[in-house]
Amino acid sequence: MAKKKFVVGCFDDEAVLFPAVKKVRTSGYKIHDVYTPFAVHGLDHALGLRETSLHTAGFIYGITGTTTALSCISWIFTRDWPLNIGGKPHFALPAWVPIMFELTVLFAAVGMVLTFCYLCQLAPFVKKHHFHARATDDLFVMVIECTDKTNTEDLQAFLRSNGAVETNVQVAEDGWWLGRYDKDEMPFETKETVAA
Amino acid sequence: MHLKYESQLREPLVYGEKNYHQVTEDIVRPIEAKPSRLWYIGFYISVALLLFGVYSVYREVTYGIGQWNLNKTIGWGWDITNFVWWVGIGHAGTLISAILLLFRQGWRTGVNRAAEAMTIFAVMCAGQFPIFHMGRVWMAFFVLPYPNTRGPLWVNFNSPLLWDVFAISTYFTVSLLFWYSGLIPDFATVRDRAFTKLRKRLYGIASFGWTGSTKHWQRHESLSLVLAGLSTPLVLSVHTIVSFDFATSVIPGWHTTIFPPYFVAGAIFSGFAMVQTLMVIVRKVFGMQDYITMGHIEAMNKVIVLTGSIVGVAYLTELFMGWYSQNKYEGYTFWYSRAYLFSPYGWSYWGMMACNVLSPQIFWFRKMRRNLFVTFFMSIIVNIGMWFERFVIIVTSLYRDYLPSSWSVYYSPSIWEIGFYAGTFGLFFTCFFLFAKYFPVIAIAEIKYVLKTSGESYKDNMSNIEEQKLEEFVHANAHH
Repeated sequence: MAKKKFVVGCFDDEAVLFPAVKKVRTSGYKIHDVYTPFAVHGLDHALGLRETSLHTAGFIYGITGTTTALSCISWIFTRDWPLNIGGKPHFALPAWVPIMFELTVLFAAVGMVLTFCYLCQLAPFVKKHHFHARATDDLFVMVIECTDKTNTEDLQAFLRSNGAVETNVQVAEDGWWLGRYDKDEMPFETKETVAA
Repeated sequence: MHLKYESQLREPLVYGEKNYHQVTEDIVRPIEAKPSRLWYIGFYISVALLLFGVYSVYREVTYGIGQWNLNKTIGWGWDITNFVWWVGIGHAGTLISAILLLFRQGWRTGVNRAAEAMTIFAVMCAGQFPIFHMGRVWMAFFVLPYPNTRGPLWVNFNSPLLWDVFAISTYFTVSLLFWYSGLIPDFATVRDRAFTKLRKRLYGIASFGWTGSTKHWQRHESLSLVLAGLSTPLVLSVHTIVSFDFATSVIPGWHTTIFPPYFVAGAIFSGFAMVQTLMVIVRKVFGMQDYITMGHIEAMNKVIVLTGSIVGVAYLTELFMGWYSQNKYEGYTFWYSRAYLFSPYGWSYWGMMACNVLSPQIFWFRKMRRNLFVTFFMSIIVNIGMWFERFVIIVTSLYRDYLPSSWSVYYSPSIWEIGFYAGTFGLFFTCFFLFAKYFPVIAIAEIKYVLKTSGESYKDNMSNIEEQKLEEFVHANAHH
């Protein structure tokens, strides 16, 4: 993937971030993403993101599990090897409910987690560009994608006037690649180790 | 501006003057610091216990199931008692992380991570018992339904023991996924502030390249909510199915329709006791008193007194039914083998009653609920009581059944049975000590989420809102 140019504005309070997001969007800038240390509710709506359909996927995985269990067990117990268990019916639906339920949950959970990792492109050894190391600590990092016409100086001043505590311009890869984190800069000083 | 308002009447969930960075500092400190001597002592004791357990299992695998003192009448003894006990303990973790999430209980954020870890380690311990009880453990994979060269001979899908295979393995998998998906953002926090190369690299792998993107958080929230929604019926189903192992049989004392709710309540009861044991230690050793507050301890003690009383009602219902059914065998099991103090196992029944039903009633008093020493002591008592409960159910029903000629002599475990049990304690605490050292023991991102509504220093600002006159409030906040 190609490298792109971004203007980065960091906010230290979500209450300042929300009006800033609104202003930046109404001014016509394209917000690439906002990186936050925790799930800020309502930010997805403020950014105009659509609702996720992950739960719909989960439902589909779930009914796949139910049908897998029902079809496998009924085939095994009525066609492949009908066992006489105390003279009871071969098609013993009530006795299969527990396994049908367990497979529903198992398929839904495993499927959803894998889908989540696929959609977010998360996996071990995957590396992405981090616009600010404190985005997972205490900063809300707004990243705006530049076009040919963007005046980065003006945009940074605009962000600062809307409450950004730190702004900068970065040229970065916006996809992921296989990589390690130990070559990154260490933003925090080496500290004394104290007994826990 | 606050995005969410919480009443001043509610106890703060986070004490002290905290900001987001301070929360990170406090919770990541044990990972970045060298462990204390206490940690090493605890860890080595756990590993020693684990090794003893490994040797006990080695004896059992090499010389056969005869290493245990089970006999033809008492075919299930300590092994299945311990299995049910450990599975039950696991349930509290899922209750805290899933059911309390659905009920929007804010206090779960302080304890959910450690409780979920406890669930996973407890289920790992539980799984050992039925597997090694098989005797020829190298054939354990026969319980899995797969097309094989023996016919194909399938497993019996109508058997509660097979339901257990599915229930326990699903429970373990789903709990692990739930726990790990919650850990990913917190691992990223540890990664981004790491100051050694090794830590940066390892947490970099563990965090899956998490950035904190808004879209990712949105999906993460959806994932957590649905996994919670799935785990809630799952956790109820797991102990229900464990109770079916007994309830679908025709053994007096097992053949009971109240088993599923009674087992689930008991599981939550013992699980919360184990969470209390661990939390009282963790908050002290790691200085997490600001995050695992007396409010958390009290809330869990309330759950303990509630579920303990439910279990008590179940015991009394069983005794009533033992008489009301007018079935001689039921009556004998409940009123002689169990409730008669001077019968061979009467001591275990009354030990169970004292530990599970009588002593938790102390938690009706607020002072006792908020007393750390009482909480810790009671958490141990409850776990002993719940172990007795499973022992009572299994052994007192088995040792004398329909045919007096097969009545068993007194059953007491062999050293290798005890060693196996001790070994699972070793496994559990070895895992827990490693978890406490290398994992964020409190969900960092979730604490940050509730900080500004439920943090002590932020709640003070809210009292201003509450004291404001209505006109002032409208003037300050309304959009003209």
